[in-house]
Amino acid sequence: MTWDWRVFLNDDGSGRTYLQWMFDAWGWTLAVAGCSWVVAILMGGLMGTLRTLPNSPWLVRLANAWVELFRNVPLLVQIFIWYFVVPKMFPAMQRVPSFLLVVFALGFFTSARIAEQVRAGVQSLPRGQRYAGMAMGFTTAQTYRYVILPMAVRIIIPPLTSESMNLLKNSSVAFAVSIAELTMFAMQAQEETSRGIEIYLAVTALYAVSAFAVNRVFAFIEKKVQIPGYIVAGTAGGGH
Amino acid sequence: MLGLDLSFLSWDIISRFVMKGFIFSVELTVIATIGGILLGTVLALMRLSGAKILALPATFYVNGMRSVPLVMVILWFYLLMPSAFFDMIPGGANNRSEISAIITFIAFEAAYFSEIMRAGIQSISRGQVNAGLALGMTYGQNMRLVVLPQAFRNMVPILLTQTIILFQDTSLVYAIGAYDLLKGLTTAGKIYGRPEEAYLLAAVVYFVICFGLSSIVKKLQNKIAIVR
Repeated sequence: MTWDWRVFLNDDGSGRTYLQWMFDAWGWTLAVAGCSWVVAILMGGLMGTLRTLPNSPWLVRLANAWVELFRNVPLLVQIFIWYFVVPKMFPAMQRVPSFLLVVFALGFFTSARIAEQVRAGVQSLPRGQRYAGMAMGFTTAQTYRYVILPMAVRIIIPPLTSESMNLLKNSSVAFAVSIAELTMFAMQAQEETSRGIEIYLAVTALYAVSAFAVNRVFAFIEKKVQIPGYIVAGTAGGGH
Repeated sequence: MLGLDLSFLSWDIISRFVMKGFIFSVELTVIATIGGILLGTVLALMRLSGAKILALPATFYVNGMRSVPLVMVILWFYLLMPSAFFDMIPGGANNRSEISAIITFIAFEAAYFSEIMRAGIQSISRGQVNAGLALGMTYGQNMRLVVLPQAFRNMVPILLTQTIILFQDTSLVYAIGAYDLLKGLTTAGKIYGRPEEAYLLAAVVYFVICFGLSSIVKKLQNKIAIVR
């Protein structure tokens, strides 16, 4: 068994090298993950907040149902449903490119997990914070906007970091509907070149680098937004 | 709207296509959970042992596994598994994907289980460990008789939740074409020209199982929590 890294300089049959193909695929991975992250944050933030509303039992139920629905079905099945079933049921969706369908699938799947973190973050705040908002004469919306959410967002940054890294890794499931991302590249290039180990090593390294970069970005944000003198607690758990 | 028609699903089709896949999914989940917890405990103890020569390789293994997508790990194991290995197992040559999947999931889930174990062991207060040491227990006795029984009790709900996630993840053996629950349903759907129904049905089956199990875990959680 010898290495042969020159395989990356070979032509893949369409005039570009495997190296170029791999970097294109990396771009797709980052694009899928990035767009899904935006969807996940928006829907997860909304649903997580709705689940903590004090006087709207139906909104709470709706948001709970959202979380249970998207959390209890495997991502692969959800991607298949967005890709094969949704366009059949709603003809208007047939024009939507498959990239966007995967973004919705991955985004909604992740939003259920983020909603859970947002709920936990909001509920970990002392009840006095909410009462303080009410005592100031704030409406519910104002209480959330000025009192609860600014604290909750800071509290959930650590779990949100690992969930964002999960999202990046989960984007690999998009191979199942032929999105030209890294895992798809790995499978196809392995087949064409029979140089599986080199190809897989490079792809694995790119995933690890991307996940590490996400980690660093969040660590930077966490440091930037922390409130001086306030040690965020409550998320670690298991303490004494 | 699509006219959904589930009439193609007869008991005959379920027993011919779906049951085989369902049994494999459950098998994979159970074996990977047991194997993953055993290997995960070893990894966690290595990391907590304080001996660098044990802690470093375990840390490297756990962090490595956790920074790579499961699909890539599945592909890696499938690529690296020598065919001589499959020939050693009776019936192995015809079930390469399935055997490869089982080994992959044990190795992959061990990393996640070990993190749960580590957190659980570390949640046991220092005083308990010191009490064991004061009684003259060795490290092994202390772990076995004092720390692990309490840690396990704390961890059971999280371990079960991880098992539910593991059950969902078994669908990813799609990457190497293993015959699991999802494959069983989609195969039946394709043969009878009802692929959409098959996907929806798969979603319903996974949902019912996972939702049901997580409701049970929630109930269990309230029951077995150690009252302090």
